[in-house]
Amino acid sequence: MNLINFLFGVYPYIALTTFLLGSLIRFDREQYSWKADSSQLFEKELLQKGSILFHIGIIALFFGHLVGLITPHQWFLNWGISDMMHQTIAICLGAAFGSICMMGGVILWKRRMYNPRVRANSRFMDIFILDWILVTLGIGLLTIPVSIYHAVNGDASIMINLSEWAQAILALNPSPHFLDEVDFIYKAHLFFGMSVFLLFPFTRLVHVWSMPLAYMFRPYQIVRTKFVKQR
Amino acid sequence: MKVRANFSLVMNLDKCIGCHTCSVTCKNVWTNRKGMEYVWFNNVETKPGIGYPKNWEDQEKWNGGWELSKGKLQLKLGNKRSILANIFSNPNMPTIDDYYEPFTYDYAVLQNSPLVEATPTARPRSLIDGQRMEKIEWGPNWEDDLGGKFKHRGEDVNFSNMEKQIYGEFEQTFMMYLPRMCNHCINPACVASCPSGSLYKREEDGIVLVDQDKCRSWRMCISACPYKKMFYNWESGKAEKCTACYPRVESGLPTVCSESCVGRIRYNGLMLYDADRIEELASVPDDQDLYQAQLDLFLDPSDPEVIKQAKIDGIPESWMEAARQSPIYKLVVEWKVAFPLHPEFRTLPMVWYVPPLSPVQSQIDQGNLATKPDGVIPSIETMRLPMQYLANMFTAGKEEPIVLALKRMIAMRSFFRSLNVEQKTDLSVLEEVGLTEDQVREMYRYMAIANYEDRYVIPTSHEELRQQDFLGFQGQNGFEFGNDGCSISPNASLFPDKRTKSTDNLQVVEFFPYTPAAKISEGEGV
Repeated sequence: MNLINFLFGVYPYIALTTFLLGSLIRFDREQYSWKADSSQLFEKELLQKGSILFHIGIIALFFGHLVGLITPHQWFLNWGISDMMHQTIAICLGAAFGSICMMGGVILWKRRMYNPRVRANSRFMDIFILDWILVTLGIGLLTIPVSIYHAVNGDASIMINLSEWAQAILALNPSPHFLDEVDFIYKAHLFFGMSVFLLFPFTRLVHVWSMPLAYMFRPYQIVRTKFVKQR
Repeated sequence: MKVRANFSLVMNLDKCIGCHTCSVTCKNVWTNRKGMEYVWFNNVETKPGIGYPKNWEDQEKWNGGWELSKGKLQLKLGNKRSILANIFSNPNMPTIDDYYEPFTYDYAVLQNSPLVEATPTARPRSLIDGQRMEKIEWGPNWEDDLGGKFKHRGEDVNFSNMEKQIYGEFEQTFMMYLPRMCNHCINPACVASCPSGSLYKREEDGIVLVDQDKCRSWRMCISACPYKKMFYNWESGKAEKCTACYPRVESGLPTVCSESCVGRIRYNGLMLYDADRIEELASVPDDQDLYQAQLDLFLDPSDPEVIKQAKIDGIPESWMEAARQSPIYKLVVEWKVAFPLHPEFRTLPMVWYVPPLSPVQSQIDQGNLATKPDGVIPSIETMRLPMQYLANMFTAGKEEPIVLALKRMIAMRSFFRSLNVEQKTDLSVLEEVGLTEDQVREMYRYMAIANYEDRYVIPTSHEELRQQDFLGFQGQNGFEFGNDGCSISPNASLFPDKRTKSTDNLQVVEFFPYTPAAKISEGEGV
């Protein structure tokens, strides 16, 4: 087993298992640490700009990657989306939301590093995960010129290979050979991206699981009783 | 009808001397921790003043509480969708400077200083980032006893519909103390705004609490509470609030702030209310009707209908008896001398206030002001505090109920003066304000004497009915933050919940880029 086979055949499973199991264990055992850990009390203006841009960007990117990578190739063809069209959409949306996310991320990074109050109350992991996401995002944006080069040459094979690889991983049939032809920059992005999942349960990112959509459907007031009904 | 009990307080502002004992004892018990240095579950403000946090009463600025949207109650923050839309950045949230930057002093300098000519000074240092603070600009009680300029405290929104300039003049100036805590509202805005549903009201006693395990730091409660009595613990990243000292209250003891009140101004007791009418009465169209609406919400614990329904709703007999003995019920409903703070926020608060009398004693002694026929007790028109100001605080601007309450308090004094000085029972002063002799004697017992047993009528929570082995819980885990209570090794965790392992507030923080200001050097400033 060489490094490539490990990174793209085994590492994804390590990352995904840690992501799911780690989140579950933390949710079960460490509820008090499960939070978004807002620092808005210390700084408001930069957060307003940074956080909104960053979140819009990263949510769009997450679902973009999810749909783009996981949807079987045949489905796209059935929907009448040709490979070239698929690639163009991916490049445009990726560039747009990637830039939005990057803008927000840089504002947040600057705020976290240079606002003395926010800085003083950041844990190591708060800074580390932000750095890591920004590097991942930066590499992701760097793949766009390469993708444009492919698109201009009418070559969608790299994109297809990437999604075949992702689907093979999810089908428990790891096939690193799909990445043989893929440029280094994509592989770097894959590694950093997978690592975000690996780091996820150990950071404040766990708040993503707790997206409070149920709020829309509950009554305003909550009343709890101490008395447990007798069985 | 659905009968529920609510643990409630009344504070008799007429007797508050502004000593802050309540705040300090509360602080020592509940918020003396990292991340909570700036938090005062209980604080005493000098009014007029902008208070803590700055201008908390100004809902045009903070959007706290409820409003009517097409006749229906809705949080002033917006509907549920817009609350969720603001989750990435809450535009209505106060920042630390709206409270104050917590600080300590370099006390070690005083001890470690070498022999020097000048006295060494302990200079202030921020408790947030550990940096030197050159000047302390604001504190938890910066306006104590009218500190500062009128220009600043005149921004008090209770002045909004008044000609306030005159009260900036020395001869016209007035002040009062306002102790504030969580109101344990019947229609709490904090609970309604919590996206993760971590806030709740307890069915048994109405105490509003935060489930620390469910809080996800979405921080909507902090802006939704119009009294700004929800706080963000920046160390733990969770919301915290006044707990009404529920571990004490469950055992039949008064809250710490009440127990320690040297002026004996606080009353603890139960109020019964009809849970089926909350929405209807919290949404009466006119703000000025909200005081009456809340009175209508309360139930008479002596009413046979209420007693019957309370039995069905599972309220223990000891609680019904406590409700009948409740000092709150007497002050609020029977004598109508207590009022809710800012009923126009529509949260139906359950901490009520007896407004202060404010005689100008020196002027009365010189005979310059109108008095009652006895020549000693001042009449209501000569009080120093403007009625409109009190009304803006307690009845959304309606003066009549406040005037009646103050007149009743004066009548009580008048009655007992003639009784003790002239040895005669003067019933005419009582008729004027609609009180009977029995009532005024009871008022005197509760408001002037204010014995411990009369001020605090708190039934126990009957834990023995809830837990099979009640005594088995003794010596078990108590109030604890984090998972420390049950973890195998409290100092090592895969998922860090504390930012630092140290409890030392003055830990030196190293910055990037490194700033020497953050370093504590020995003998600095000497």
